[in-house]
Amino acid sequence: MSERPLELVCPAGTPAALRAAVDAGADVVYVGFRDETNARNFPGLNFSRVELQEGIVYAHARHAKVYVAINTFPAAGKPTPWHAAVEDAAALGADALILADVGLLDYAARRHPGLRRHLSVQASASNAEAIQFYKDAFDVKRVVLPRVLTLDEISALTARVGVETEIFAFGGMCTMAEGRCALSAHATGRSPNTDGVCSPASHVRYETRDGQLLSRLGRFTINRFAASEPAGYPTLCKGRFAANGDVSYLFEEPVSLDAMGLLPQLMAAGVRALKIEGRQRGRDYVARVVSAFRAAIDAAASGAAMPVGRLDQLSEGGRLTTGAYDRRWR
Amino acid sequence: MTAAFSQGSKAQPTRLSLGPILFHWDAAAKRDFYFRIADEAPVDTVYLGEVVCSKRASFFEKELPEITGRLARAGKEVVYSSLALVMSAREATALRDLAVEDSLLVELNDLAGADVLAGRPHVIGPFVNVYNEGTLTYFARRGARRVVLPAEFPKHLLAPLRQGCPDVTLEIQSFGRMPLALSARCYHARAHGLHKDGCQYVCALDQDGMPVSTLDGDGFLSVSGTMTLSFAYLNRVNELLELRDMGVTGFRLWPHTIDMVAVAQSFRDVLDGRKEGAEAEADLQALLPGARFSRSIYERPLQPAS
Repeated sequence: MSERPLELVCPAGTPAALRAAVDAGADVVYVGFRDETNARNFPGLNFSRVELQEGIVYAHARHAKVYVAINTFPAAGKPTPWHAAVEDAAALGADALILADVGLLDYAARRHPGLRRHLSVQASASNAEAIQFYKDAFDVKRVVLPRVLTLDEISALTARVGVETEIFAFGGMCTMAEGRCALSAHATGRSPNTDGVCSPASHVRYETRDGQLLSRLGRFTINRFAASEPAGYPTLCKGRFAANGDVSYLFEEPVSLDAMGLLPQLMAAGVRALKIEGRQRGRDYVARVVSAFRAAIDAAASGAAMPVGRLDQLSEGGRLTTGAYDRRWR
Repeated sequence: MTAAFSQGSKAQPTRLSLGPILFHWDAAAKRDFYFRIADEAPVDTVYLGEVVCSKRASFFEKELPEITGRLARAGKEVVYSSLALVMSAREATALRDLAVEDSLLVELNDLAGADVLAGRPHVIGPFVNVYNEGTLTYFARRGARRVVLPAEFPKHLLAPLRQGCPDVTLEIQSFGRMPLALSARCYHARAHGLHKDGCQYVCALDQDGMPVSTLDGDGFLSVSGTMTLSFAYLNRVNELLELRDMGVTGFRLWPHTIDMVAVAQSFRDVLDGRKEGAEAEADLQALLPGARFSRSIYERPLQPAS
């Protein structure tokens, strides 16, 4: 397989999305098993063992790789689903495992030393020393950086750490440090770390009150919309709240991350891979985002002009941000 | 005694602890607070240090030696808590300077100092994810003697965790607004129309956190700079003995501006069998009139009014 300057790592929640991503130019597709072992544990999503096997065959035949995300934190006294996920991903020929839990990294390193381990964003390793710990302890080859760092900090880190760095380039954006957020657990009892879900649909209700639509999560109102306003999904940190006498999107507005415009800087910084968020998305979305990024990376690599404006329609609320990559975001 | 001890581990004494201050109190207020804790509070362990924001740390640093001495002379175990989300080289260096001091017991809240502490007794704090015996055992092998569990650690998994690694002491968050999330962004500054770099330390305006309400006016969250906490106060005083039976031996109180000596006394009375949990719960409600208490991280939907 040829080494490209910037590896394009693309999401797939279904076999159809995996094929769409590969066909659209993904270097890598990342997937999860259909259970609580991965951070997109949504109904109707993810891969059976047979589907993963077929997906790996499809990808490898087209010179693409498959990474398996096993990036939730195993429950005490019940490690079997997570250990089985590691064993099966290894047996089926996955090209790397994306892991977050220290105990599970230890297990994978002992059981399958030759299988690449990547540190999931859920481990929230945001500094060179923490990354070095994971490298020394578990021989991780790559770290997916949390979406809290500026472009300058990413450049400095990439130069310092002896492992590859991967950053989020497009899609949903956590405003909190990943893996260190219990907001969903507080409102719903279900969390990204332990259940692989955030603000789950099972706890969402829409209510009409006084001609306005309320979106609720558990017992809490997350947003309120006038009849003329489009109603969004009540992701907790993208809600409207009252604080210091004002009503605002206190944490973050309903926006999506888009780092396409930063491609030349990211390449210059030595970042190894770009990750597209969205295993919960359909194959058409995946195909459009992947092909846009494929074109942009190829253009940036050859010094050609960057294509613009292809992704505006694919973001949450039609709005895009470079998030924490710009220091002013803080 | 407890189920865990009957598994063969040594009996561990129960400890009441005071966690680090998560809000931006000025140095004089902190000094007064800790002097009174030293003199009057029936706590065994006091955690000191800035966990939330490195910009706040310098205000308190020069007070630390005197406060540490005062607490130690009062018989308290003193632990230094590290920053929880280390993002800059300067923050990493500060953490490692702390960790390298042999004489200090350190609570690690970011793995930036893990290599420095390896092989020496230390505490793993609640901002490092420990959810299972595999992780607990790994950290124990590297020298962790105590682990403070994350806010969302489920109660029903305490016993299996304990049984999976009996040699490490488990400490659980037991009172106060629960830290729920960390960010690079300062929401205190944002609520005042500012950025983190020019924050004017507006977080000092809210000594117990800035309340965040839903659009219905329901208290939901609170904010201390880059940290988001619950609006409700966690209060586990009525289940302390049950938790102790599950093998938990450390109970952490998060500092607030209310009378923390009285809070600690209520918890101590229940642990020592001098007071019923329900009675202590009522005492704490009286201490914080109007505050909402929660016994766990999950605030369940209220029953719809009929």
